[in-house]
Amino acid sequence: MGNWDWQVFCKNTIDGEVMPRCFGSGGDITYLQWMLSAWGWTISVSLLALVVAVVVGSLMGILRTTPSKTLILIGNAWTELFRNIPLLVQIFLWYHVIPSLFLPLQKVPSFLLVVLALGFFTSARIAEQVKAGIESLSKGQRYAGLAIGLTLPQTYRFVLLPMAFRIVIPPLTSESMNIIKNSSVAFAVSISELTMFAMQAQEETSRGIEIYLAVSLLYFVSAFAVNRVALFIENRVQVPGMIGGGK
Amino acid sequence: MFKKSILVLVAALAVGVAYAQDTLKKVKDSGTITMGVRESSGVLSYTLGGSKYVGYHVAICEKAIENIEKAIGKKLNVQFQPVTSQNRIPLMQNGTIDIECGSTTNNATRQKDVSFANTTFVEEVRMVVKPDSNIKSIADLKGKTVATTTGTTSVQTLRKNKRAESLEFKELFGKDHSDSFLLVESGRADAFVMDGSLLAGLIARSKNPKDFKIVGEVLSVEPIAIMTRKDDEGLLKIVNATIAELVKSGEIFKIYDKWFMQPTVPSGAVVNLPMSDALRNVLKHPNNLPAEEFAKKVAS
Repeated sequence: MGNWDWQVFCKNTIDGEVMPRCFGSGGDITYLQWMLSAWGWTISVSLLALVVAVVVGSLMGILRTTPSKTLILIGNAWTELFRNIPLLVQIFLWYHVIPSLFLPLQKVPSFLLVVLALGFFTSARIAEQVKAGIESLSKGQRYAGLAIGLTLPQTYRFVLLPMAFRIVIPPLTSESMNIIKNSSVAFAVSISELTMFAMQAQEETSRGIEIYLAVSLLYFVSAFAVNRVALFIENRVQVPGMIGGGK
Repeated sequence: MFKKSILVLVAALAVGVAYAQDTLKKVKDSGTITMGVRESSGVLSYTLGGSKYVGYHVAICEKAIENIEKAIGKKLNVQFQPVTSQNRIPLMQNGTIDIECGSTTNNATRQKDVSFANTTFVEEVRMVVKPDSNIKSIADLKGKTVATTTGTTSVQTLRKNKRAESLEFKELFGKDHSDSFLLVESGRADAFVMDGSLLAGLIARSKNPKDFKIVGEVLSVEPIAIMTRKDDEGLLKIVNATIAELVKSGEIFKIYDKWFMQPTVPSGAVVNLPMSDALRNVLKHPNNLPAEEFAKKVAS
């Protein structure tokens, strides 16, 4: 070891010349620029998928705690369907199998497909956590809400969910960090995100160790940033004396 | 128990330092030679399942190993070690494999870490399309969708051509060759740009080979060669002499015919890729020029 070559990031992606100032001009880009754009793709896929996952996951989690048998069945079916198929297989189902059955889906950009696939996969896990959060509250809270004349949706909105969401912030943080790391499967459907950049650039430059170190660092920074944001939210919303409220 | 662990440790250390010695001495001492092979590199090197590996380059290497046995006067136990594009160079450097018979492009960057025997195959990068598409050359790709595989030099080739011809086309990246091929098969991509021998192999193994054809000019030529440890003159000399001998006796043409023109094991698919002029030429005038210089020589 010891023979590092960090200049590889300043190389032009067309002819491998080292560019002054590390940025290409006139449409040429360097590996550094490529990596930053790949990072952008990773972040976009992850954040959009996270939005899908939290919205759908919360909805399905709530359905699973309602008194209606039909709604519970829908929520359970959704969770089990997306939780029991490996993520990479799901991505292929969305990209190759489903569009061959419904031809118009071929026109849907792969970016959208991967956001949905990753979002739905994670939503199953979030549904499970939201359900656990709601069930951890004592039954009395639900009955109390209904007894003072609130409707069922109002009971959820004003009594159950405010507490349940506070309780599940820590596991949700893990899911948000996982989604950033799981977004690496997007390379399989031609999204030029960090993992694809790493595989391609290490082949072109033969400097695999430098490339993979840099990419690992970017994944770490992204996931850690999510962790910090979640911690900030957790601290801001905590209710002293309540479960998950801490000190 | 403790003694056994020490023994294992010593053995591991011995393997670890073995790379520093010359390979002929290493294989003579151990009585074993380890051939680096590929699981699936067209018909150049592939597995039949289990620990059986065959292919055009494996056949040439087997001839070379016969000559190594003659040179050291000892019968060798030949072991196969599957390698990938990512690990073949480190495994060569640390002594896990002694000779690599896969589909490695000889280029200037790799020559800093390993050595190559004389070129035994010339890869021509071209594209596969469906016969009803009217794509005949790279110029026809304007506004089309072009697939290629992540982690291959074809991505770079395509990028260079795109820049040079200032063409506008959409790129799709398959995660492996069969995935990229599927993109063309399912109509998501109009063309798949890749090494000619791999394309021919994919077509031969497809559901309906008549649905595809290889078209267009050669986008880049790459010399593919057998890889050895850096500056391992003794071994290189034997391998190069073997290649020269095979060319002289005409046997290399028979080996080529067997793998590229006849039905191949196990499926009986025919690759049907006649020997290119570039390969014929380099067999006649052997060299181990890296891709950069090789391409210039072919062009002139």
